[in-house]
Amino acid sequence: MDKRTDLSGAIASLRDGMTIGVGGWGPRRKPMALIREILRSDLKDLHVVTYGGPEVGMLCAAGKVAKVTYGFVSLDQIPLEPWYRRAREAGTFEVRELDEGMLLLGLRAAAEGVPFAPTRVGLGSAILEINPEIKTVVSPYDAGDVLLAMPALPLDVALIHVSRSDARGNTRTEGNDPYFDDLFAGAAERVIVSTEELVDSLSESDGPDARKSLFHRGVVDMVVHAPLGAHPTLSHGFYGWDMAHLKEYGATAGDAEAWADFVTKYVADGEDSYVAALGGAEAIRNLPIPVF
Amino acid sequence: MSQETEFTLSELMIVAAAEAFRGDGEILVTGIGPLPRIAAGLAKLSFEPGLMMTDGEAYLTEEPVPLGVSRDEVPGFSGWMPYARVFSTLWRGQRHAMVTPVQVDRWAQGNISCLGDFAKPKVQMLGVRGFPGNSISHKNSMLIPAHSKRVFIEGEVDVVCSVGFSDERWPEGMRRPEVQFGRIVTDLCVMDFNGPDHASRVLSLHPGVSFDMVQEATGFPLLAAEGMGETPAPTAEQLEIIRRLDPRDMRAHAVKGNPPGVRQAA
Repeated sequence: MDKRTDLSGAIASLRDGMTIGVGGWGPRRKPMALIREILRSDLKDLHVVTYGGPEVGMLCAAGKVAKVTYGFVSLDQIPLEPWYRRAREAGTFEVRELDEGMLLLGLRAAAEGVPFAPTRVGLGSAILEINPEIKTVVSPYDAGDVLLAMPALPLDVALIHVSRSDARGNTRTEGNDPYFDDLFAGAAERVIVSTEELVDSLSESDGPDARKSLFHRGVVDMVVHAPLGAHPTLSHGFYGWDMAHLKEYGATAGDAEAWADFVTKYVADGEDSYVAALGGAEAIRNLPIPVF
Repeated sequence: MSQETEFTLSELMIVAAAEAFRGDGEILVTGIGPLPRIAAGLAKLSFEPGLMMTDGEAYLTEEPVPLGVSRDEVPGFSGWMPYARVFSTLWRGQRHAMVTPVQVDRWAQGNISCLGDFAKPKVQMLGVRGFPGNSISHKNSMLIPAHSKRVFIEGEVDVVCSVGFSDERWPEGMRRPEVQFGRIVTDLCVMDFNGPDHASRVLSLHPGVSFDMVQEATGFPLLAAEGMGETPAPTAEQLEIIRRLDPRDMRAHAVKGNPPGVRQAA
C-alpha cells in the first residue's frame, strides 16, 4: 500500500488524449506542480475537466489541450484567464462550457455510475445550443416535464492537491471549502494526489482532523510529495495565491516567445529551480491569504 | 429620517439596489461586485434581518463583512455555506443574486459568456458561469454601472446565459418555470420587467435624468411605470451604514468618474 511516487513517475502514467479532471477552484488549491510536470512532458491532446484556474491557460499556452470542459476559467482578481482567453478567441480547442452546477452534476453522475443527471439547469438558456451533444429527457413520471439530461463526466484520471497525505493515500485537506475535490475523485478511474506534507501515517488522527479527509484512500492511486505544489494558487493553511506571479504569467498571453521565456525562467528545470526562481520557499510561504 | 444633500451616484444606486431585496426574508443573498454587496448588507441591516450573507467565501455571518476587511477582524460565523451548499440552496430557489451582465435584452436575458460567434468569439468574457442555473431557480436582479445601448441591446443577447421571458426559448409542450426577476439599477434609473407581457418599465429616474435620456440609451422600448418618480436620495442613516460597510470607499470606483448623486446640468 505504498502509493508514493514522484512528479515524473505520476505524469509518466498519463497518455495522450486522456480526460483529466483537475481539483480546486479557480486560483485555489490547484495541483500546479503536477501541471508543470505535464508542461515538461510530451503529452498532448488532453481533455481537461475543471473549475478552471491557471492550469487551463498554461496547458493551452503549451499546446497540450484538445478540449476543455469547464464551469469557468478565472484567476479571481484577474477575472478572465489571459491565455485561455487568447486560445478561445483563436478557436484552438474544443469547448464544453457548462453552468457551474452542471459540472457538479456531471461529475456526480459519473461517480454514481449513471449515464446522466436530470436537471432544470440550462433549460431556456444557450446551454443546449453551445453544447449540441447535450440532450433533454422527458420525466417518466410526468410526460409534460422536460428536463435537461446532463451527461456523466467520467474521468480517466483526477489530479488533486491536498494538505497532508501518508503513503497509503490517506489525505487531509485544510481550508474553508472542499470545493468538489470529492466528486473529481469519485468520477475518476485513477486519482493522483500532490501533497504539501507527506507523513508516515495519518492513522492516529483525532476525529476533527480525520474529518478533513475529502475522499478515502481506496480511490487514491498515487501520492506525490509536492511542497509548495499549488503555487501560484492558494493552498489553505500554507500560503496565499501569488497575484504578482500570475500577472507576470498573464502578460505572456498570446506571445509564444514570451511564454517560452516564462517556461525557461520558471518551469523547464524542475521544481527546485522553480522555487529558487521565485525567491525561495520562505517567500512563497509568506504569501498572504487574500481578503474578500 | 434626515436627508443628506451630499451623496454620490454610487451611493444613490446602493440605496436603490437594497430595495431589490425588500420582502425576501430568510434567503441567501449574493451581491456580486462592490455595489451589489454593499446593497445586500444595507438591506440586511435596515429592513431585512433574515437575509443570509457569506463572508465572500464559505461562512455565513450575521453582521455583513465590510469590503476589504481582514478575516481576523470578523467577529465570528453563524454557519457554513461551501459551494456545494450554495448549489443545493439555489436549486431550491432560496436565493437572490444581483449581477452585472455585459449585455441585457428586452426579454431580461443576460450575457456574460462572450461576444460574437460562440465557436470563435470576437471577445471572450467570463463564460456562462452560474447564470443558467441561477436564473431558472431563483430571483435575480441586476446592477448596470454604465447604462447604454451597448448593454441594453436592440436584439437578443449573443449568448443567453440567464433565462428571461422570451417565448421562443421554451418549445411547445415544455413546462415553463416561472422566471423571477427583481429589478435593474443603473446609473440612470431603476427598471423592472413587470409591464404587460413582461415589458421593461422605468420605475424611477435618478435626480436630473429624464425618461427620454433613458430611452435614448436603451436599445429596446421602455414604458414609464405608473407613478414613476425620482429615485429616493439616501438618508443620513443609510449613508452611515454604507460607510461602515465600505470603509475604504471602494464604491468610489464603481461608477466612472464617481459623479455626484444629483446630476449636474450639461
